[in-house]
Amino acid sequence: MIAHALIFYLLSSITILSSIMVISSKNTVHSVFFLILAFVNVSCLFIMIGAEFVGMILLIVYVGAVAVLFLFVVMMLEGNFVKVKQGFLQYMPFGFFIALVIFFELIIIIGSWQFRPEFIKTAKIAYDVKETNTVQIGKLLYTDYFLPFQLSGIVLLVAMIGAILLTFRRRDNLKRQDILKQSSREREDSIELVDVESNKGVKVND
Amino acid sequence: MKNLIPELVILLSSFSLLITGVFSKTFNKIINYIIIVLLAALIFVVYFNFASSVTLFGNSYTIDPLSNFMKTLVLISVLFTMLISNTYLERLKIAKFEYPIILLLSTLGMFVMISANNLIVFYLGLELQSLCLYVLAAINTKSLKSSEAGLKYFVLGSLSSGLLLYGCSLVYGFTGSVDYSEIAKVATEQSGALKFGLVFILCGIAFKISAVPFHMWSPDVYEGSPTSVTTFFAMAPKVAAIAALIKFLNVPYANFISEWRTIVIVLSIASMFLGAVAAIGQSNLKRLMAYSSIGHVGFILAGLAIATPQSLSAVLVYLVIYVFMNIGVFACIMSLNRNGVYFENISDLSGLSKHHPLIAICLTILTFSLAGIPPLAGFFAKFYIFLAIIQQKIYYLAVVGLLSAVIAAFYYLRIIKVIYFDAAKESYEKNSNYGIKFSLIFSTVVILFYFIDPSTLNTIVESITKNIK
Repeated sequence: MIAHALIFYLLSSITILSSIMVISSKNTVHSVFFLILAFVNVSCLFIMIGAEFVGMILLIVYVGAVAVLFLFVVMMLEGNFVKVKQGFLQYMPFGFFIALVIFFELIIIIGSWQFRPEFIKTAKIAYDVKETNTVQIGKLLYTDYFLPFQLSGIVLLVAMIGAILLTFRRRDNLKRQDILKQSSREREDSIELVDVESNKGVKVND
Repeated sequence: MKNLIPELVILLSSFSLLITGVFSKTFNKIINYIIIVLLAALIFVVYFNFASSVTLFGNSYTIDPLSNFMKTLVLISVLFTMLISNTYLERLKIAKFEYPIILLLSTLGMFVMISANNLIVFYLGLELQSLCLYVLAAINTKSLKSSEAGLKYFVLGSLSSGLLLYGCSLVYGFTGSVDYSEIAKVATEQSGALKFGLVFILCGIAFKISAVPFHMWSPDVYEGSPTSVTTFFAMAPKVAAIAALIKFLNVPYANFISEWRTIVIVLSIASMFLGAVAAIGQSNLKRLMAYSSIGHVGFILAGLAIATPQSLSAVLVYLVIYVFMNIGVFACIMSLNRNGVYFENISDLSGLSKHHPLIAICLTILTFSLAGIPPLAGFFAKFYIFLAIIQQKIYYLAVVGLLSAVIAAFYYLRIIKVIYFDAAKESYEKNSNYGIKFSLIFSTVVILFYFIDPSTLNTIVESITKNIK
């Protein structure tokens, strides 16, 4: 058990340190790397409590897709973040004050929770050790949580439609290749035989 | 299955219209009409299933008279928004076929919010509708103001969703369930933590209905978004959020009434007061309507805070009248166009009485009603709320309400002064759009002749509210 505790404290302290580094490091690319480090550690923590599905999803989705996307965006933006940092320092005392208030609120809440065990009694999630939690999550998603599952699908669809609607612009002055038009073009469409009278020449359209 | 017809029809029709819209170019012109017919048909569907009362999806989705009433109201506001905004969108060249589809999907989100009986479903409905609203606010990509409105709404809206989610997580953590009725069972004990959850969730909902102090976004967003979208913002999302709020306060938190009553009263007093005072300095009609709606939300919240069946009936009546007043006023704003330019300042209203007597009379009636002058409908809306407050002997709330109604009357009367007594300006285009004309006249008639038969609406509403608790 002591090894378990040691690994837990190691992983969670790395998580906390790297999340502090995310907001404090000067180079934004480094921030993203620390973000990835934090994600990896959190996913390890999930695996330690037996939630291997959530842990792996965190790795695949957040580290594999979101964080890499962030990295690209940050590298492309290359903005000047020094000014932002100054603002951050300016509001730091106020931020600490808010954090302190929330901290005390959390203490009150955790206190009322710790000393009132009857609140936890009502938890009624059936947990079957024999099945892996991928199977269990799947069973819940398609039965009890069918409606939320479908609704989140619709939310994602709306996000996609919205993103396309707001960013897609049809430009008229571009010359696009139209294969059908090109291959259905006949000789008669483009070549015209003209008898040129002398001293008059030909009038060329366009 | 029969009870889910409205939701399924909206979902499937928006999918099929989306696919058709991608492949057919000529489709753009008729899609608005298709959706208008569809919405009108849905109003009848909801109306015929009005009395049904079932819970679906493992107690997470309820359909009862309250939800059917609110859904009808949402459908009416979306229908009239579509009727009003047809030519506006074409003039501004933002008549994309996705626009009405996003409107439909947002309606679906509101339906889910109204019927939700579970924190997860409620949150998803809320997010579905607000995601659509963010897109709609920014839909005029050529206008800087519209983009600003969209971005502002998105950032602040996500923040409020975050607060709401935090509240939901606290509630779940202490009750072990996201189900409203399960929460109600556990929430009998006096627990500090559940109150924290309540406060955070209330903040999130107060943002959506733009109650003070969570109203900052609303004047800017109302002004920046295209007027058709502002029309929609002023009505449908508020109806849906109020419906969700009624349910949330009276089902899972029914035992916490003394706790949340104070919070709702504070929100209500602040909104009534700010709605009245801050509107005085406005010169833009859309900004003015934003502050006016903040004030009206204050009155609605006052009714919610009392939480007797009588006051909840007053809230429902208020919502109906509020929706009709907004339909009329925005139809007027939409008709102020000349050579493809739309005017939206109060000073642009001058000369309306000379060139457009019909619009001038309608707008006068509607503004009098907004101010709460008898015998128009707006008076009755406020009257019922005050009656319910005084019966519970919360006199200070009634006094603040009356005072702010008097202050608000000042800026409403100023509009009428500009219409009738200021030097006339150039005339606007004569309106050939039947949608705007119909909406304007219909809503004015409803507001004007409400006093002849208020009891029909009252009996429907009372039969709904006596079953809420």
